[in-house]
Amino acid sequence: MTQTRSGTVEFLQGNEVCAEAAIYAGMRFYAGYPITPSTEIAERLALRLPQVGGTCIQMEDEIGSLCSVIGASLTGMKGMTATSGPGYSLMQEAVGYAIMAEVPLVIVDVQRGGPSTGLPTHASQGDVMQVRWGTHGDHAIVCLSASTHQDLFETMIRAFNVSETFRTPVIVLIDEIVGHMREPVRIPDAGEYELTERLLTNVPRDVDYHPYLPREDGRLPMSHFGGEHRYNVTGLYHDMWGFPSDNPQVTNDLIHHLMNKLENRKRDLTFTKEWNTTDADIMLISYGASARSARHIMEDRRAVGMRMGLIELQTLWPFPGELIRERCRGASYVVVVEMNMGQIVHEVKAAVERPERVFLANRVDGEMITPADIKHLVRVIQGKGI
Amino acid sequence: MPHIWCPGCGHGIVLNSLLRAVEKLQLERNDIVMISGIGCSARIQGYVDFHTMHTLHGRALAFATGIKMAWPLLKVIVPMGDGDALAIGGNHFIHAARRNIDVTAIIMNNSIYGMTGGQHSPLTQCGDHATTAPYGTVDSPFDVVQLASAAGASFIARTTTYHARDMTRLLAAAIEHKGFSVVEVLSQCPTYYGRKNDAGDAVAMMERFRDETVKVTADGAVPGDRSGRMDGAHEPVPVGLFRREERPEYCEAYRTRVMEPALEQAQSAARDVSP
Repeated sequence: MTQTRSGTVEFLQGNEVCAEAAIYAGMRFYAGYPITPSTEIAERLALRLPQVGGTCIQMEDEIGSLCSVIGASLTGMKGMTATSGPGYSLMQEAVGYAIMAEVPLVIVDVQRGGPSTGLPTHASQGDVMQVRWGTHGDHAIVCLSASTHQDLFETMIRAFNVSETFRTPVIVLIDEIVGHMREPVRIPDAGEYELTERLLTNVPRDVDYHPYLPREDGRLPMSHFGGEHRYNVTGLYHDMWGFPSDNPQVTNDLIHHLMNKLENRKRDLTFTKEWNTTDADIMLISYGASARSARHIMEDRRAVGMRMGLIELQTLWPFPGELIRERCRGASYVVVVEMNMGQIVHEVKAAVERPERVFLANRVDGEMITPADIKHLVRVIQGKGI
Repeated sequence: MPHIWCPGCGHGIVLNSLLRAVEKLQLERNDIVMISGIGCSARIQGYVDFHTMHTLHGRALAFATGIKMAWPLLKVIVPMGDGDALAIGGNHFIHAARRNIDVTAIIMNNSIYGMTGGQHSPLTQCGDHATTAPYGTVDSPFDVVQLASAAGASFIARTTTYHARDMTRLLAAAIEHKGFSVVEVLSQCPTYYGRKNDAGDAVAMMERFRDETVKVTADGAVPGDRSGRMDGAHEPVPVGLFRREERPEYCEAYRTRVMEPALEQAQSAARDVSP
């Protein structure tokens, strides 16, 4: 991705950034259902998409929203929906369908407090595990996150690129704070970011096309649904023509393909930002709005001579465990900063060599975790008292 | 052709009539997308050489909405079962009808959940037996024609597997119609519905479709003074074409009332700022 400093600067909400970045990435079909704190994404796209020849529809619920995005994506359009925790819960069956049928699309989940209706207008990061395991059955999933609007713009483009490359749904997981906060964001000029377009088959008309036969590199060239090649799409285990099969070999090969195409490419899917990680004695690991507070206290403590570092995870799934283990090797303590009862912290414990040195700095009262909250925990760990 | 349906099942007759309708209209196979949900009915798309999609239980119309909006020139046909269309999928059904999106919904109504082994559906008549209604159902069924009418479908018909030639004619008219079209087809399930309700074999069930139906008049009126089936299971069931009206179609309305004005606005705004 080139780094020219052109484009226009706008003062936007995170949700509006999601909408603008999706349009930049080539998204031309949006279906959604109103839900706080994500609704501004639908509102912006209802206005903006038709201006660029795109289509925006308000569906009857979140289930219908994701189903219609899957349908639109199969016809060759880049499609997206956005929601929050309760709506994302409703989408889970269709998420599994998109994984099984290998349909590229993007889902933005602007997290609110849960469970249930929870805290619609407050900060939380409680959906991390819902994103990982919400749909039933074994599966791999890609989940990206961001803490600033500029990063969010890039993350949205990345999400569409990954979804097209790997023919998979990608979840962009942000939170109420990132979604509703306003800050300046530079909208890059067209062409500044490389966009991954749909990989189309070069099999000619009337020649047998195998929609579900992976190439050697694991990618599956598509044919526009409704185009020259007629084939079947199903949520059942299926053969290379897309027709249902319960043959044990076909079944085994397909589930391994679905897992391996992402798990084996973890390195290509790992995006992080790091500050002062090389000499960190206390390593903070965070994501989303929490990472803003983590960065603040890291800089604050550095100023008084404490060797604190920060890894901001922009990929949550597949979890970059090897990178975490590597970076945390020299740290006396690892502090995971997240606004939930502990979700990513368990992944970090599983990844590092000394899990007993991993601590959780959290907050679950609907308020944003502050730099002081993190500082207090670090003082307790160090035996200094608050 | 080998297929997964039970001996005597009515769904094969629906497939036959549907293919005849497509042939009659001389449609290109590449222009047809058939999207189904889950159930015995849903497997119909596995036997046709169109673009086919086997989706989630109840959600076929939602998938169809996305495909039609994204590619409005396609002919979109959605075959559904009674449970698929009107229990788990009832919400998508009424909203697709309300929007009047140009999709043909075929409800293959055999009054039972066949694939899971004979449970009652929202179209099972009150008092009928099923594995989950061993004492007879206490639920009242929907009347598909009345429901589709109230929800705003612009083409509504009902037929049966006995009336195969009528079915072909109605399906062809439904596919040709610009707007949301609904064709309910009463179909027999001798294996589960028939056995649970002493309805006899497939032939006996089809004879009942012949003897216990009444054709509506050309203007969609029902002979006699009854309006639907909800007031008595033993009244003859009206079949035929109930509604065919012109109403703005959803994709076209989006294009003319949203996309074209928005594109124009954006272009004139761009002209205003350019030097």
